Amino acid sequence: MRTQWIPILLLPALAVPALAAPETFDFKDPKGVNAIIFKLDAPLEAINGSASGVTGTVTFDPQNPGATTGKIVIAGATMTVPNATQTEHMRSSQWLDVEKNPEITFEAKALKNVKTNGDKTTADVSGAFTLHGVSKELTIPVELSYLKDKLGERLGGNQKGDLLVLRSSFSIKRGDFNIMPGQMENKVSDTIALTVGIVGASGK
Amino acid sequence: MLRILAAVVALAAGGLWVAKGANCGWTKTNIPHRTPDPVTGLTGISYEKGFVPGVDFLAGAALAAGVLAGASLVVNTNNAKTEPAVKQSIQL
Repeated sequence: MRTQWIPILLLPALAVPALAAPETFDFKDPKGVNAIIFKLDAPLEAINGSASGVTGTVTFDPQNPGATTGKIVIAGATMTVPNATQTEHMRSSQWLDVEKNPEITFEAKALKNVKTNGDKTTADVSGAFTLHGVSKELTIPVELSYLKDKLGERLGGNQKGDLLVLRSSFSIKRGDFNIMPGQMENKVSDTIALTVGIVGASGK
Repeated sequence: MLRILAAVVALAAGGLWVAKGANCGWTKTNIPHRTPDPVTGLTGISYEKGFVPGVDFLAGAALAAGVLAGASLVVNTNNAKTEPAVKQSIQL
């Protein structure tokens, strides 16, 4: 008689993993808001610009943010500065060589110092950053905001789904990525400050 | 005449630079526009074709005005050299 109750008692246990399933967020934003801002502040010249061609996927589990993995890809050909001639130079074979190295990528491998407060999680994410065909292991601070059921509100439709907003600010050195190392540093700073503000969607 | 043209070039360039916001950076031909996204709090950046003159534009205009002013001095010197010959031919 008691054995008849076992399946019923097991039902909640089966439901818990289903609720806590990790979601995959697609970062190809239909509203075109995703952008990576870069700033170079050299003694003789400051260069500010942005890249809008963001794609990639991130797997995020709201119950376990520390298990987040994923890859973000930036199309080098979308890197733009306000001066068209400078934009051409930046994308040319002398600098970023976007024809030969069309993608800038960051592949997240592990999160450390994970702190979650409500929908927000901060962490240090380690992964491989690839620029100009050179890969380096980086650890960068990241803030993840999980916006449950906000996809429809954002797109102005009946779509059901969640959003994941990633924010990060960090610096790299162009010399580390073999971009004219040690040259023209008075005009083109070796240090590049990057600000990431991107959103991914997970439909249901 | 060339000096007047040089002054016009310098004044017009300076006036345009001030009118377009006195941009102290390089000339902008892609104008960034920021679009806020209220749901996520992010701000998207898009670029439109446009023209905001910078210090390179001012320097180019100053150089052009200088060349015109310099040319006016050369033309004046040549005129001064040819004047006595004209007078001699009149006396003959």
